[in-house]
Amino acid sequence: MTSSRSAVTFALLLLAPALIYILTIVAYPLVDTIILSFTNAALRPTYDFVGWANYQRIFTAGNFTEVIIRTLVWTFFSVSIKMIIGMCGAVLLNAAVPGQTVFRILTMPPWIVPMAIGIYMWAWMYNGNFGMISGMLQNFGLTNGPVAFLAYGHTAFWATIVTDVWIGVPMVTIYFLASMQSISRDLYEAAWTDGAGRFYRWRRITLPLMLPAIVTMSLLSLIATFNSFDIIYILTNGGPSGQTTTMIIDTYKTAMGSRKYGEGAARAVVICIFVSIFCLVYFRAVRKLSQGEVK
Amino acid sequence: MSDVARTEEIAAVESPALVKPASRVRSAKPMIDRYKWYEVASIYLGIAVFLFFVLAPFIEGFLVSLKPLAQLFSTPYSFIPKNGSFDAYVNMWTSVPMLGMHIFNSFFISSVVTLIVIAVVVPAAYAFARFQFPASGLMLAGFLAVNMFSGAVLLIPLFRLMRGFGMLNTYWAMIVPGAAFLIPSSIFLLRTYMLRIPRELDEAAWVDGASRLYTLRRVILPLAMPGIVVVAIMTFIGAYAQQFIFALTFNSKTEYMPLPVGLFAFFGKQEVQWNELMAASFVGILPVMIVIVFLQRYLVAGLTAGAVKQ
Repeated sequence: MTSSRSAVTFALLLLAPALIYILTIVAYPLVDTIILSFTNAALRPTYDFVGWANYQRIFTAGNFTEVIIRTLVWTFFSVSIKMIIGMCGAVLLNAAVPGQTVFRILTMPPWIVPMAIGIYMWAWMYNGNFGMISGMLQNFGLTNGPVAFLAYGHTAFWATIVTDVWIGVPMVTIYFLASMQSISRDLYEAAWTDGAGRFYRWRRITLPLMLPAIVTMSLLSLIATFNSFDIIYILTNGGPSGQTTTMIIDTYKTAMGSRKYGEGAARAVVICIFVSIFCLVYFRAVRKLSQGEVK
Repeated sequence: MSDVARTEEIAAVESPALVKPASRVRSAKPMIDRYKWYEVASIYLGIAVFLFFVLAPFIEGFLVSLKPLAQLFSTPYSFIPKNGSFDAYVNMWTSVPMLGMHIFNSFFISSVVTLIVIAVVVPAAYAFARFQFPASGLMLAGFLAVNMFSGAVLLIPLFRLMRGFGMLNTYWAMIVPGAAFLIPSSIFLLRTYMLRIPRELDEAAWVDGASRLYTLRRVILPLAMPGIVVVAIMTFIGAYAQQFIFALTFNSKTEYMPLPVGLFAFFGKQEVQWNELMAASFVGILPVMIVIVFLQRYLVAGLTAGAVKQ
């Protein structure tokens, strides 16, 4: 039944809407980006092919390499902190104490509300003169004067990371929690009978069995974080003096701000190359992990 | 033979020695889950710190919405509002005249995106779950790869495409690209769910002379309904939480702006009316927050099923 010719036709018919949709809205623009990256397209209606000129320009003039390194550092810290806090959150929410369900619901809001709205709230918290964080630090006497987090390069860098972590943590926590709860209880009971302590059980049972979940989540989170746009755009718009400009922000500014479509496309292609590498690593990891499962 | 068997059965049912321990184990807390008092204290302390990090912006945002501007812009900082009022909740409707429209737009855009995604994804997921066709594995991988590219990277050609379709400055400019980036993960999620429906059911319908389309409509759809509900909720949340960049770039008409972008105009002003901004944010997100409390099970199910390995 499933391999006859009419079945193949039927399957392709079922697939057609999704396929056409994705080809038009994602695949075609992807190809168009690559083509545009070899042109000098701008606001005017006509443009010419300029070969590798755009790529030569972005890698020689300006600070593109610096932007790439900054993006990688930003992503690395953001993803690592998300994983660590997510794991701590999952362990805490997994503890058999009353109120578990309520606590689980209370972790969700940053993930559910429109990202931009959460970010507006953070923008106020970071306000130097009147915001909560600076205000609290002064009230407790930890700093002498107001700290305008978004006004200085490295505080802004860390402030945007903290906000990104805040948005990502609920998803990581709930995913880790579900993965933790799927581990057989018998294992813990056997270890407990043999006198293994809580930390030892976490270290020797939970952690190894959760490895697939941790790898999957880190890679998915890596890709999402690398592509993160809203947070930096709203909080700092890449500033102060470009210190929080990541590749996405840089591309957006070149293309939509300066209307240099060709050069913006070249920058977008470099992002795509990075994302494709992450993507390959992800597929290989998933395949390796599912093979491990079979054994 | 039957006598012995029956006596054993009766004994099993009636003997208190065999029945009671089981129920006792169920009702009392197993030894392994017992904590000493300081362990309980540190768990709750840990949870408190964790939830404070997660909820602090909301708490602060709510308190800000109660503070008059004069108090907001005064030092030293005080966490608790003095003579707080709900004035901001009244004034915001005049400061952002289209606030109601923005809240509606957010809902409207997310709902239409959800409908489109479901309409496209159900047949596609069924095709991937049931049929062998050339390059099916490659196509599934291709769909998954779409997930890895964000709309921000493809903004330039998408802008040109939207302009070509004449969709700029309409709802479609936000709906069409928004749905595209939610389709792949939904296909994957629903396919996982459909794989769990026994193949024998399709085959039985086939043997009885049902057409393929009839089988999909009458056999698979009802059974897959719980999965479709999960996918719909995940899609709605995705569309609702991430509507920013397309709405910012492809639409400049105030009456079509969803809440985040509508408030961004407010946010960008020289003197931000923080209390009203926060009040408007809270009123805008409240309906969804309430619904989520009831739907959280589906969200957990969607999140875990979507990311599991094949």
